[in-house]
Parts: sequence; structure tokens; C-alpha cells
Amino acid sequence: MRIEINGTAHDLPEPATVADALAAIDAPERGVAAAVDGTVVRRADWSRRTLSEGAVVEVLTAVQGG
Amino acid sequence: MDELVVGGRKIGSRLITGTGGAANLEILERALVASGTTLTTVAMRRIDAATGTGVLDLLRRLGIEVLPNTAGCRTAAEAVLTAELAREALETDLLKLEVVADERTLLPDPIELLDAAEQLVDAGFTVLPYTNDDPVLARRLEAVGCAAVMPLGSPIGTGLGIRNPHNIEMIVAEAGVPVVLDAGIGTASEAAQAMELGCDAVLLATAVTRAADPERMAHAMRLAVEAGYAARHAGRIPKRFWAQASSPTAD
Repeated sequence: MRIEINGTAHDLPEPATVADALAAIDAPERGVAAAVDGTVVRRADWSRRTLSEGAVVEVLTAVQGG
Repeated sequence: MDELVVGGRKIGSRLITGTGGAANLEILERALVASGTTLTTVAMRRIDAATGTGVLDLLRRLGIEVLPNTAGCRTAAEAVLTAELAREALETDLLKLEVVADERTLLPDPIELLDAAEQLVDAGFTVLPYTNDDPVLARRLEAVGCAAVMPLGSPIGTGLGIRNPHNIEMIVAEAGVPVVLDAGIGTASEAAQAMELGCDAVLLATAVTRAADPERMAHAMRLAVEAGYAARHAGRIPKRFWAQASSPTAD
């Protein structure tokens, strides 16, 4: 299935979860947060929440700024 | 110095720092250590494989508490989503709320700011809003439950200092929550002035990170904040029009 992670298309085997999307970009365990289609998905739900075709996943962390 | 308390949290230093503008993490680290800060603000952005969680790792190593901000947000909705992501990623309910109107001025949009502040207080955040130097807006932000108010001295990154000291004094006179002078500081005398006007803390980034010698400027800011705070509470002399001799009259 094809989803978008931080603006880049990724092909993941079905069924893919938020945890699979994070693994696909080698995101670290701590210090990151994920939103799917504009809604935050809590860390505790990462391995449960499945993604649908075309899902837009944003993975954020803290950077220098402000 | 008496301790600063924001939303029930003790903040060890009255100099709150930003991270934006530092050329690299090594320079940032030296500046943070020299500043003596215990609370530092960071922005939230898409993770980049090259930088990873570098700035967070640095703050953890230095034992500095993280203050996530919503820099870059233009609407209340964007700010609320960014705040929720920050709370999830950084495991803190502290938030520097920033909702700016446009890129040219980077001035806060008061309508969106107040709306976002209200929503985030309701959602359990400890909200520290970056606001205009407007006593009325500061009062409204406090009324919706913000834990502090953070008026600007002048626009972000300008180094123009405190352009309307009287407004800052009016905000201080009315506030029941800590007042943090946020944005516009260019040099140490302006940080001291903020404290002399009665602010509880100063938040600055550019003045240090883009100085020719960030570490030395960070040290200067630390001294300035301490000096200004001490002077404020030492009870300055009244201003007089004519001279008053400090020596006894000559015999």
C-alpha cells in the first residue's frame, strides 16, 4: 500500500500501522510525535492504529527554533 | 534571588533561552551553559534523518527543561495541533504559544492567539503566550488561564530593545502571573532594563545565537538579568531635576 510520510511517498506491506510508518523512516523511539491525516496518534496506539491507502503521516520532533 | 514559579513549576533561572539561529549544536551548547538557563524553547518540525533528535539530546544531557513552541503557526487550529504533537513528543504540558500574523513583522495575531490560548488551557496545557506589548490583551490572556504572559519588546530578531517601556510597566502592574519579556532584546542593557521594569524573566535567542561570540553574550545576558532583577528589588533612588551633593558641605 502507498502512504505519504513527511511529504514523501512510501510503499508499505499491508496491513501497515503507525509504528510501521515510523520504522520505515528510522524514526527514534523517543522525542517524536505522529499525526495521521491531521490528527495526533498517541504513542500507546502506534502499533494498533492501522493506516488506510493514501494516508498522510506527519512525524515531528524538536528542532532549533523560536 | 527568589525563585520564579510558572504554573506551579519552579524555574531555576530568570533567563529563558531559545535555540534558533545557532550555527551548530556545539556553539549552542557553549552558549546554553554560559547563560545558566534551566528552560529552553524548541520548535516542532518534520524529523530529518540527518539531524534526528539532536537538540533534544543536548538539552537532556545538560539537564535543561524543554519548552516547546508553536513557531510558524498562523492560526489557532495550527497552533493547537502543533501543541498536541509537542506534548506527545516531548512529554511536557509546558508550551510557548506563538501565533504570528505575517512573515514581515512576525507580530502575534491577537485574535488567533487568544482563541488558541483558551483551547489549550482547556486541554490541560501550561500556556506561556508570546504576545504584543498590549496591557489589555495581556489581561485577557491571563483571564483565560495562561500561566504567564510574554510581551515582546520589539519584533522577533530585530534587536531593537524595548520600544514601549511604559506598556511593559502597565502589563507588570496589572499581571497576577509572571511576565516574561520575549523578543526584541539586542544587548545586555536591554535585558537588564526588562528586569528593572519589573519583568519576572527574559526570553531571548537571536541576541545570543547570532552574536559574534554567542558564549560571551550568553554570559553577559546572565549577568544583566541578575543585575536588573537585583536593582528592581533594591529600591532605586527617585529621579531629581537638580543635583544633590553626596559629600558633606565644605567647612
